[in-house]
Amino acid sequence: MKTKVALTGNEAVAQAMKQINPDVVAAYPITPQTEIVQIFSSFVANGEVDTEFVAVESEHSAMSAAIGASAAGARAMTATSSQGLALMFEVVYIAASMRLPIVFPVVNRALSGPINIHCDHSDAMGLRDSGVIQLYSENAQEAYDNMIQAVRIAEHPDVQLPVMVNMDGFITSHAMDVLEVLDDETVRNFVGTRVPLDYLLDAQNPVSMGNFDMYEFYFEHKRQQTEAMKKAKEVIKEIGKEYAKISGREYGLFEAYKLDDADVAVVVLNSAAGTAKGVADELRARGIKAGVLKPRVFRPFPQDEIREALKGVKAVAVMDRAETFSTCGGPMFADVRNTLYDLKNDIKVVNYIYGLGGRDLRLEDVEKVFMDLENIRKTGRVDETVKYLGLRE
Amino acid sequence: MAKVLEIRWHARGGQGAKTAALMLAESVAAMGKYVQGFPEYGPERMGAPILAFNRISDEPIYIHSNVINPDIVMVLDPTLIGKAKITDGVPEDGIYIINTTKTPAEIREMLGIKGGKIYTVNAAQISLETIGRPIPNTPMMGAFVKATGIIPFDEFMVHMREQLAKKFKSKPEVIEGNLKAIERAYQEVKGE
Repeated sequence: MKTKVALTGNEAVAQAMKQINPDVVAAYPITPQTEIVQIFSSFVANGEVDTEFVAVESEHSAMSAAIGASAAGARAMTATSSQGLALMFEVVYIAASMRLPIVFPVVNRALSGPINIHCDHSDAMGLRDSGVIQLYSENAQEAYDNMIQAVRIAEHPDVQLPVMVNMDGFITSHAMDVLEVLDDETVRNFVGTRVPLDYLLDAQNPVSMGNFDMYEFYFEHKRQQTEAMKKAKEVIKEIGKEYAKISGREYGLFEAYKLDDADVAVVVLNSAAGTAKGVADELRARGIKAGVLKPRVFRPFPQDEIREALKGVKAVAVMDRAETFSTCGGPMFADVRNTLYDLKNDIKVVNYIYGLGGRDLRLEDVEKVFMDLENIRKTGRVDETVKYLGLRE
Repeated sequence: MAKVLEIRWHARGGQGAKTAALMLAESVAAMGKYVQGFPEYGPERMGAPILAFNRISDEPIYIHSNVINPDIVMVLDPTLIGKAKITDGVPEDGIYIINTTKTPAEIREMLGIKGGKIYTVNAAQISLETIGRPIPNTPMMGAFVKATGIIPFDEFMVHMREQLAKKFKSKPEVIEGNLKAIERAYQEVKGE
């Protein structure tokens, strides 16, 4: 049974966590994620879930407690944002290398400094290379759906990796939105019970985990993580199809919006993709063949699939809500441009850094990007590869 | 894109604009429409000018930007007139709904606009008399329903009762007062 409801992104994620009913949640409050943990802890207090809730003294401890619980064989979760994720940094790598299927929502917020509570993706991008699967959500519906699928992706025998479910701080987390939720039983049947391959509390088959690893094996272990990431792509697609059967909504590695005949395309994550789709519709009404590619999975990066989806496009703009300070563009730009390089067909790829610290992305900003692309397509000339959108200069 | 009705709320921190935007969204969603309700979070503090936004549509809404060209402007605090940018981006035929003791004609002069429609209601006084505190957010929703006519009042009140029951689980005594406030504002709002 499906029910249409109005919830904020944070409420939708808390609702998904309630239906998943994890064994352990260890978390610490931080804006704009706080509500998730606050709402979930009320479910715990009211006896609506069986979860052991661990109120910890920091995010470093939150992930550490989740690691302990997950290694013991439990289904464990945490949730965080921004500085909280930064404080977690060290242990996130450990969770990934121990191959622990911890699912954690990240409500994207700028990193200090200057201190700021609003949305950008610098927190998640900081963990780009941590070995964690990264899913992104355009709205409350996708955040809810991603949370439920993330459990199955993380725990799949071919994967066994943590999954981070991202949504935009305030824009999605605090905005009331209409979405469809599943009933508790459907979700519980879908996520099932965790069946760990090895776990610490298995007295019959004692193992040790998180060991010191010398140069004899460290390299092989890291290589295995990459292999798990590769396999995750197929698993994510399979689980997306299975989820379609219970929800009517199918998820793949990315959404290709009107790309089939597109001349110009924007690649963008999370809520801004919705705005870009709206602008693409308007431009199509004016005869401009505009399309949008919205990656749902950023790690692993769906390189072959994105190359295939963009091969017919003449000019592409990658929009990054994070700065790398490499002075040659944002993190997603580097991946997309690298992806298209092998085509050798002279697709022009440019980059726009936008929305840092919550700067509003307006319709006219996205329109400007598309018009710039049209100009590049017509003239074949790129004046500036990396630009800043909506910035006073 | 289908026509999306866009609303901008002007208020001061503590007057409940965010709550009103979210409750309005939830009630209108319960009536089968697609909605968004979201505040602009500044440095939150009591009394500071704040904005909140709604979008209402018969079809799913993709856009996630702030509302720049609102069809409807709600002003919870009359002292913001002349200070906040109330008329910014509002089209010629925009609707203003204002909590004030003044008449629509007086407000028209203060805002310096010729077109559009202006509705006024003394939401502060109504909330004092019905809820016992000057929180104009719920009565403003009654004025909104009357002024826009986009949703049937009786059905709206059924959903609002559910919302309030959920929100005030621990203090049910304020539910009736809020409903009364909405109803009075619905009846007392004046427009020109």
